[in-house]
Amino acid sequence: MSATADPRPAAALPADQLPAAARPADQRPADQLPADPRRATRSHTREDVLTAVGAAAAALATAWLLYEEVFGFSGTIGFVVFAYVAFMAFYAGLTALTRPWAVVVDRLVTTLVVAAPTLIGLALAAMVLTTAAKGLSALVHPNFYTSDMSGVRPTDPYTQGGILHAIVGTLIEVAISVSISLPLGVTTAVYMSEIGGRGARAVRTMVEAMTALPSIVAGLFIYSVMIIRFHMQPSGLAASLALSVMGLPIMARAADVVLRVVPGGLREASYALGAGRWQTVWRVVLPTARPGLATALILGIARMVGETSPLLLTSGASNFLNTNPTHDAMSSLPLYVFTAIKSGEPTFETRGYAAATVLLVLVLILFLLARLVAKQRSAR
Amino acid sequence: MSASTVAVLEAPEEPAGEPVPRRIVARDSLQDRVFAHGVRSVAFVVFLIVGSIGLFLGLQSRPTLQHYGFHFFIESRWLPSQDVVGIKAVLVGTLEVATVALLMAFPLAFLTALFITDWAPAWMRPALIRIVDLMAAVPSIVFGLWVLFYVQPHAAEVAHWLSKHAGWLPFFRVHTDVDYPIWNQSPGYASYAGSAFIAAIAVALMIFPMATSVMREVFGEAPAGEKEAAIALGATRWAMVRTVVIPFGRSGVVGGTMLALGRALGETISVLLIINQAFEVKVRVLESGTATISALIATDYAEATPAQLSALLTCGFVLFLMTLLVNTLAARIVRRSRSGSGTEL
Repeated sequence: MSATADPRPAAALPADQLPAAARPADQRPADQLPADPRRATRSHTREDVLTAVGAAAAALATAWLLYEEVFGFSGTIGFVVFAYVAFMAFYAGLTALTRPWAVVVDRLVTTLVVAAPTLIGLALAAMVLTTAAKGLSALVHPNFYTSDMSGVRPTDPYTQGGILHAIVGTLIEVAISVSISLPLGVTTAVYMSEIGGRGARAVRTMVEAMTALPSIVAGLFIYSVMIIRFHMQPSGLAASLALSVMGLPIMARAADVVLRVVPGGLREASYALGAGRWQTVWRVVLPTARPGLATALILGIARMVGETSPLLLTSGASNFLNTNPTHDAMSSLPLYVFTAIKSGEPTFETRGYAAATVLLVLVLILFLLARLVAKQRSAR
Repeated sequence: MSASTVAVLEAPEEPAGEPVPRRIVARDSLQDRVFAHGVRSVAFVVFLIVGSIGLFLGLQSRPTLQHYGFHFFIESRWLPSQDVVGIKAVLVGTLEVATVALLMAFPLAFLTALFITDWAPAWMRPALIRIVDLMAAVPSIVFGLWVLFYVQPHAAEVAHWLSKHAGWLPFFRVHTDVDYPIWNQSPGYASYAGSAFIAAIAVALMIFPMATSVMREVFGEAPAGEKEAAIALGATRWAMVRTVVIPFGRSGVVGGTMLALGRALGETISVLLIINQAFEVKVRVLESGTATISALIATDYAEATPAQLSALLTCGFVLFLMTLLVNTLAARIVRRSRSGSGTEL
């Protein structure tokens, strides 16, 4: 590679700039030789950078010249795609002038590998920014966080009404479903990884199968059992049950994965010191797995917070503050966003975007919490 | 300690003669027995709850299957009021949306996973992993919202271009006049909006983080020694990745993709927001109108009579069987020795 990298003939270089091996043999003893200058190692040469910059400039110029004038295309996406393809062509051509084919392929793959995360990153940033920007006119009013929508028409100005009922509803529903599914899930995981045996394998198979349960089917299950068969009214409790049914296998599986990576040597050491099974689990396994367990569970909770489809079937929609999960409909943030967008009313849609921003912030807070708990591992 | 396991060592009764091996009887303490039984019974209850869902869905779909028979699977219309109900259109629609989403998400996830493990500088790696994890937690309704209002106009342009220049391919065809100027089409390109293609964009964004993190994990476990050996032999970075990293992570690539497919099949709310529901079997994914099982359940549950509810539950059961199949295969492929029981301290 390096032989073809430098097209200049080696003889054209002054002798002291030649690589050590190519220098004519020096007759002086070793300790009198001038020390080799320290060479800086880096992965990019100036030529690499210039090739990339040159190809980019050529691609932009070509696209600017040909895209609309000659080919008669239009549209931003088309321009970007055209310029990108042109860039790849120029980059490959320029590289092929001086480098072997393997390097050309490597560089083409590199352009693809860099483009994919860039595209996703741009999409993610655009999503967050446009959602927040569209909801901004509702987000800036403090009443958006402190009042509900009762007696507020969708067309009313943003100084009236808010999403307090949806925030409170989400918090209550998620709290109930977490308090059902988290203890059950962790206990099941302890059974699967610490007790073991044939029963544990059966439970693990079942739990893994049920992580495949689509959330809408979990909602439909609770709807047809609780609401149709047992005549429970659509309420926060029904929604919490649907979320628990969906979340229980997810929690159990996440906890199981974390518990299984606890080193077996720790358990054996505990038994060797005379501890029983309960003491080993309570004093050794769970404390060791605590940060990982917390991270996995908080991520599971974050998924529950954003889940919409089970709530659509079970909680009913309300526009007033309801703190009683067993009685009357209870709204929640994802459901509020959904109804707002489906309404087609511009001001109500803006409120929907604002609620979506609040939902994103809530998920972000949960995520940062998970990072914080996970970080304690290194602190200890 | 009274709580610990008590090992009763029974001494041989005859001191002389043949050495008899001592019998070791390990008996759990009361605390341990309570613990084991308690945990076992909780797990059993969970087993029952979780298993009853599958059983319930199966039982509830029996009347529907008895009533409609095999016609349930080959009828594409969904007209409960006329007693014509079939799953064909929604089944095909579900598979179409999931397949197109996978076609978009797979290359992106594959390349991003490679970027994270082998191209990104070391300082950037943890941040990228964290962003992908965070993206997995973004509610799907937010993706749906964004695609509906901001991506759809651009995506419709792309769909129009594709149908105009590649319309001879059956899945790029759109039944409309493609030469009609697009600024003259009714608002939002009526023939191009709400298609399976646009719904698939939202689903692709949703399943991308899952596929990426599974692939990233297996790529990251490629043996460093072999990677360095490849570099030392003069391989370029891509040659190293092609010969060491990708063969090593092949099972993770397949498994991660299938896990993502399982999520894509069940995705409801972003699809429901975007599509124009139409019960029609077609391969024209760029054309407006499609239907998926989950979206059908979400729109029809409220006005359903008991018989219709049973039909919806049957749909749910079919969907569950599909995701179950895909997930089981994926788990089998991706399963590696994750257990730490053999880990040295």
